[in-house]
Amino acid sequence: MTWTEDWRRVRAVAWKDLTTERRSKAGFNGVVALGVTILVLFGFALGPDTRALHDAAAGALWLAVLFAGVLAFNRSYQVELESGALDQLLLYPGARWTIFTGKLLANATFVGLMLVIVVLVALVLFQVQVPSTWPTLVAVLALGALGLVTLGTFYAAMASRSRSREVLLPLLLFPMLVPVLLAAMQASKALLGGDLMNESGAWISLLVAYDMIFFVATHFAFSYIIEG
Amino acid sequence: MPLSPTNRSSGLAIDAQGLARRFGERWVLRGLSLQLARGEVVGVLGRNGAGKSTLLRIVATLLRPNVGSATVLGHDVLRDPDAVRRIIGFLAHTPGLYDDLTAAENLRFSTHMHGRSAAGIPAALERVGLLDVANERVRGFSAGMQRRLALARLFLNRSPVLLLDEPYSNLDVAGVALMNEVITEFTSGEGAALVVLHELAPAAGLLHRTVSIADGRLADEITPGAETQAAPVVTTVTS
Repeated sequence: MTWTEDWRRVRAVAWKDLTTERRSKAGFNGVVALGVTILVLFGFALGPDTRALHDAAAGALWLAVLFAGVLAFNRSYQVELESGALDQLLLYPGARWTIFTGKLLANATFVGLMLVIVVLVALVLFQVQVPSTWPTLVAVLALGALGLVTLGTFYAAMASRSRSREVLLPLLLFPMLVPVLLAAMQASKALLGGDLMNESGAWISLLVAYDMIFFVATHFAFSYIIEG
Repeated sequence: MPLSPTNRSSGLAIDAQGLARRFGERWVLRGLSLQLARGEVVGVLGRNGAGKSTLLRIVATLLRPNVGSATVLGHDVLRDPDAVRRIIGFLAHTPGLYDDLTAAENLRFSTHMHGRSAAGIPAALERVGLLDVANERVRGFSAGMQRRLALARLFLNRSPVLLLDEPYSNLDVAGVALMNEVITEFTSGEGAALVVLHELAPAAGLLHRTVSIADGRLADEITPGAETQAAPVVTTVTS
């Protein structure tokens, strides 16, 4: 098995997931609508206090991304369960990690697009000024999204064989996501506040470490959880 | 009258030994053994829940047996599942297609996953009578058309060992003939086919023998050649 063949499979799975999602449309619209609704509700709950809105922006943003992301991860395996496509997918030869990486790439693109919209809405709703350190903030958003998507794709695969997968996925995913979300939220908050105490670096290091651990571990474990 | 299996002496196409599989507390297979020679087409009959599909899924590497072992053309389904996946063509109850992809896109995805060329897609679609709807989404296809598309996928991947679960369901007369052509074509060389059936009629003249599963074990074996001469020859097989 060559890397070229593996990469071809990864691209095939990602292309298939993104094409089906693009054509169904309902999934992306629903996920974005949920994310924006959560932000709006937070905005109303916090009231017109600019300081409170500014302080809560990072937390509200990551919560919106988390809940909308769960909806997206459930959908990514729903497509496989329809018409018995999951069995067919498992019958193709080649390393199992190629399926996982393909789905991860598709979910990362999906969540990335959703994140762009949700961040723009959050900037307006929570009256946040774009900080001078915005490239670092973008990196934090990308790292946080990577951790979320890696674990979300993995646990959605685990839950996919259960009849109560919609309930099971958050139960499995949320506890594991705590360190990633905590690091992403604290780093985002620090950067949005100007990073006066220079504390974002430690949170970013933690985020990178968790992302690496989860990325490697899920790739190794995927074949064990997807087999019947 | 089916052709005789060839190359019997050069090894077995499928060799399942003492397969047992449990779902929860219920044992679906209880020590089932079955051998298929190269070139042989074997029908599997049995009541609903007898374990026919479970047997097929174990040989196809989709399920792990709790007890027992199986090989396909000498490759162990547990120790070398990837090698088994390269040489089997599996047709399940459900077609395993993506509704929001077109017929051609479904086949292209399959060839990419198999690491094969997509050049044969138009020919495969033409053979199953779907070339005219190659660029239409599968969502609008009837159950029979979806079955034909799944058959085109088998054509493209040209796997020598076929594992077919109720392959005739939803097919019209022409579809049944096409399916039989495929089975004959694929098993004429080193291949073999294990076909789960609810009724024998569509596969008449194709099967070298038929086995029956009851209570998770092989119950009977029927040789169609003998059946036409007098009463069916039924052999009780110990497993």
